Amino acid sequence: MTHAPGITLKGAASIEGRQLFAPLSLTLDAGRWTCLLGGSGVGKTTVLRLLADLPTGAAFDGTIMATDGAGVADRIAYMAQDDLLLPWATVEKNITLGTRLRGQKADDARLSRLLDRCGLRDHLGKRPSELSGGQRQRVALARTLMEDKPIILLDEPFSALDAQTRAAMQDLAVELLAGRTVLVVTHDPGEAARLGHAIHVMTPAGLTSVAPPATAVPRAVEAMETLTCQSDLLRLLMGQAA
Amino acid sequence: MKILPAVAATLFALAVWQTIVSLTELPRFILPGPMLVAETWWTNRAVIAEHTLVTAQEVLLGLAIGTALGIFTALQLATSKTARLLVQPILVFTQALPVFALAPILTLWLGYGLWSKIAMAVLIIYFPVTSAFFDGLMRTPPGYLDLAKTMQASPSRVLWHIRVPAALPSLGAGVRLAAVYAPIGAVIGEWVGASKGLGYLMLLANGRAKTDLMFAAMLTLGVLSVLLYVVISKLTKSLGDRET
Repeated sequence: MTHAPGITLKGAASIEGRQLFAPLSLTLDAGRWTCLLGGSGVGKTTVLRLLADLPTGAAFDGTIMATDGAGVADRIAYMAQDDLLLPWATVEKNITLGTRLRGQKADDARLSRLLDRCGLRDHLGKRPSELSGGQRQRVALARTLMEDKPIILLDEPFSALDAQTRAAMQDLAVELLAGRTVLVVTHDPGEAARLGHAIHVMTPAGLTSVAPPATAVPRAVEAMETLTCQSDLLRLLMGQAA
Repeated sequence: MKILPAVAATLFALAVWQTIVSLTELPRFILPGPMLVAETWWTNRAVIAEHTLVTAQEVLLGLAIGTALGIFTALQLATSKTARLLVQPILVFTQALPVFALAPILTLWLGYGLWSKIAMAVLIIYFPVTSAFFDGLMRTPPGYLDLAKTMQASPSRVLWHIRVPAALPSLGAGVRLAAVYAPIGAVIGEWVGASKGLGYLMLLANGRAKTDLMFAAMLTLGVLSVLLYVVISKLTKSLGDRET
C-alpha cells in the first residue's frame, strides 16, 4: 500500500436544482477513521459516492482534494451494505475479483494472508449462498483489502448484520484497515461512537462535528464514554428529526 | 414436474378421448380413437421414424443457429449504444410482422430441403433469445457495476466477468422458450413445401383422409418437443442455479 493521504471534500450538491446538501467541508484525516452519521436522505451516501467517482444523480459543485495532490477516485476501495458478492463465483474468485477485472494476476501470498486473517481458509471453494451473513461480509472485507488501496470507503458496511456479528466485524475491520484513511457512512450512532477518530453528523444544513471519546478505536461497547457518545449522537439526530 | 400426476392426467385424457369415440361412433377420418392412433403409429413406425429424424435435425440446427445469432446480437446491442439506436427499432418492428408469411419466400430462396425449415425456426426463435439475453445484460445489479468501477475495470472485462454471468439465467429462460418455438417453426416450413419431415407427413395424411396417421405424426412431434424442452431445461438449469 502506498502512503495513505488525507482528503478534503468541499462543496454542495443538488438534484435538479433542489439542494441535496448545503455547502459543507469534510476532512478525512490521513490514516484515521472518519464517521459520517446521518438519517436517510441527507446525502451522506452521495458524499461517499462523490469521493469514489460513482454515479450519484446529483450535481456536485465543489472540489475533492487529497493532501498529496494526487487523485482520489483511483486510490479507493469500496464496500457497501450489500456485500456485492458474485453469486456464481467462489469465495476465492470473489476476493480476487479486482485483479481479474484489471487483467492482472492475483498476489497469492497476499490472498493467503487475508484468508487467514479473515478466517476464510475453510470456505475458499464455497459459493456465497453457502455462507452466513457474517461470513459473506468477511469475504467482502477480504475483497476490499485485496485491492490494497490507501483509502477505504465503507457505506453502511455492517448494518445488515445482527448485533454481535456487527460488533465482531467492526473489531476485525479496525484491525485490518489500520493505517488507511477510512470513511464510514452510517446511520448507527453506536457504530460511529465505536469507530470514529472523528465523527460528523450530517444534516440538511451541513455538518456538525462531535468530539469522540479520547480512547483508542475500536472502543469497547460497554465503556461509559462510548455509551455517552452514542447517546449524545442519538440526541443530535433526534433533535434534527423534530 | 412430478411424473405421477402427469401420467395419471394423460391416462385420464386418453380414456375420455376413447370413450367419446366409442360412444359417438364417429367415422375414423373425423376423429380416430387413441387405440387406433397407437396401432397406426406402430404399423407406420418406420415411416414416422424417418420423418421424425428429418424434423429433429431441422429443429436442433435451427435452435443452435438461432441461439448463437441471438447471443451475438444481444452482446452487440448491450455493448454499443449505436447498435441499440439503429437495430432495436428494426428488431421490434420485425416482431410485428407475421413471420409465417415468409415461409413460401424462404422455400423459394432456399429450396425444398432442410435449410428453408431451419431458416423458419431461426426466424421464430431469434427474437426471444436476443430479447431475453439482452434484457439480462442490461439489468446487471448496479452495485456490481459500482464495485467494478472502483476496481478500474475495463468495459470488456466487466462484460465478461460480471454482465454475462449475471445474465445467464435470462439467457436460459430465452433458450427454453426457443426450444418450444423451434419445432413450430420447422413444421410451418415443412407445410409450405417439403418432401420429408413430420409436418409434411401430417399434411400428406390429412390430404388422404388418414386422420389416424395425422394424429400419430402430431403426437410424435409433441413428444419430440417435450423431450427437447426437458433436455434444454436440464442444460440451462445449471445456468439458473448460479443465480441463487
